[in-house]
Amino acid sequence: MSNKTELSVSAIKEGTVIDHIPANCLFKVISILGLDNCDNLITFGTNLGSNRYGKKAIIKVADKSFEKEDLNRIALVAPDARLNIIRDYEVVEKKFVTVPQEIIGIAKCFNPKCITNNETIITKFTLVNSNVMALKCHYCEKVTTEEHLKIL
Amino acid sequence: MKNRSLVSINDFTKEEILKIVELAKEFEANPNRDLLKNKVVASLFFEPSTRTRLSFETAINRLGGRVVGFTDASSSSTTKGETLKDTIKMVSNYADLIVMRHPLEGSARYASEQSNVPIVNAGDGANQHPTQTLLDLYSILKTQGTLENLNIFMVGDLKYGRTVHSLLQALSHFNPVFNFISPEELRMPDEYKFWLDSKGIKYYEHSEFTDILSRADILYMTRVQQERFVDPIEYEKVKNVYILNNAMLDNTKDNLRVLHPLPRVNEINEDVDENPKAYYFEQAENGVYARMAIMASILGLV
Ligand SMILES: [Zn+2]
Repeated sequence: MSNKTELSVSAIKEGTVIDHIPANCLFKVISILGLDNCDNLITFGTNLGSNRYGKKAIIKVADKSFEKEDLNRIALVAPDARLNIIRDYEVVEKKFVTVPQEIIGIAKCFNPKCITNNETIITKFTLVNSNVMALKCHYCEKVTTEEHLKIL
Repeated sequence: MKNRSLVSINDFTKEEILKIVELAKEFEANPNRDLLKNKVVASLFFEPSTRTRLSFETAINRLGGRVVGFTDASSSSTTKGETLKDTIKMVSNYADLIVMRHPLEGSARYASEQSNVPIVNAGDGANQHPTQTLLDLYSILKTQGTLENLNIFMVGDLKYGRTVHSLLQALSHFNPVFNFISPEELRMPDEYKFWLDSKGIKYYEHSEFTDILSRADILYMTRVQQERFVDPIEYEKVKNVYILNNAMLDNTKDNLRVLHPLPRVNEINEDVDENPKAYYFEQAENGVYARMAIMASILGLV
């Protein structure tokens, strides 16, 4: 706990710390993980200094561990996110996120003529290229690339 | 393929494609069979397409089936704000099979997930039109005697033309060589070229017709539409470059056939029509047999 930005957000005894979230994606991460409907103690800080992004955000969720699958859902908005598993104030494990092969209900298809942008439908994509974040729509079969990627 | 929807040509394996085109041949030899007797097919055209609809409805009638449906969205409840989901949920309780044309891309896949009965995609926006692809394949098989090892020329709008994209994917099962002739603005998109590369299929790109046409087995023509060009001057420059006339067929192979999904505007000069290598009208007729084969297979009747 020597890191100064860590200290800007109060430490937790047990739980999960999600670090290196781009500051402008904090609320998207909260919503993707359903933290807005979570009863646990949650603290977060945003617009913290970071060498990598300029501004980063951090979320601390007490007494909770996440399924790998759930955490990977945030990879679309926070590909460099780092997860620290905390036990008794100590980091016992560090994890990274990876973009899942199948992405359901997070991303928006860039194609305005896609049925998913015209009716209430849960979107579904497969990852065709993880290096450039290219997602193929299950419905219209068009590929949405990172530059056009919007999160629902 | 019984009870499976036909949404995208990629849903069918090589063997399934071959089964359909072989079956189309049988239906052509014996077109009036009562296989769809006592069956009701819903024909839902959320946008008008007279050509495709008549082809399907002829196929259904030749098979002895009955048709219900609508011919454009204004005569359906869609104009009253009904969702596609609700329309499909309702109609799939009435009919044994749904043929659907819709302006939005991905609508057929979505409908197939909502429906209790199989969906045949009769075109979903610029995405897929798999029955067109199967009739194209049947036309190629009929005129060449095989689908294997052919030299396929595709001409015109290769960027937006869904028929050429689907045909390219389907033919890739059969070791083809492709030649693409198109204006710079309308070249075959990279995603299809990468895909061909990954399959080890050879293709060559050209910006105009040359004497290389003498190697072609199939010349697949498409329309170059003015609205595809950002710059009208570019359209003016290229609009006459991709027009086929009879003299251009002089030094081509005897087995060459000219295909076009129709309707044509001016990209095939009318002097080609009398050439025995012109095949586009027969191609349209083949659509009826291909659609008979598709519907009979999906309903498990053959
Ligand atoms: Zn889409």
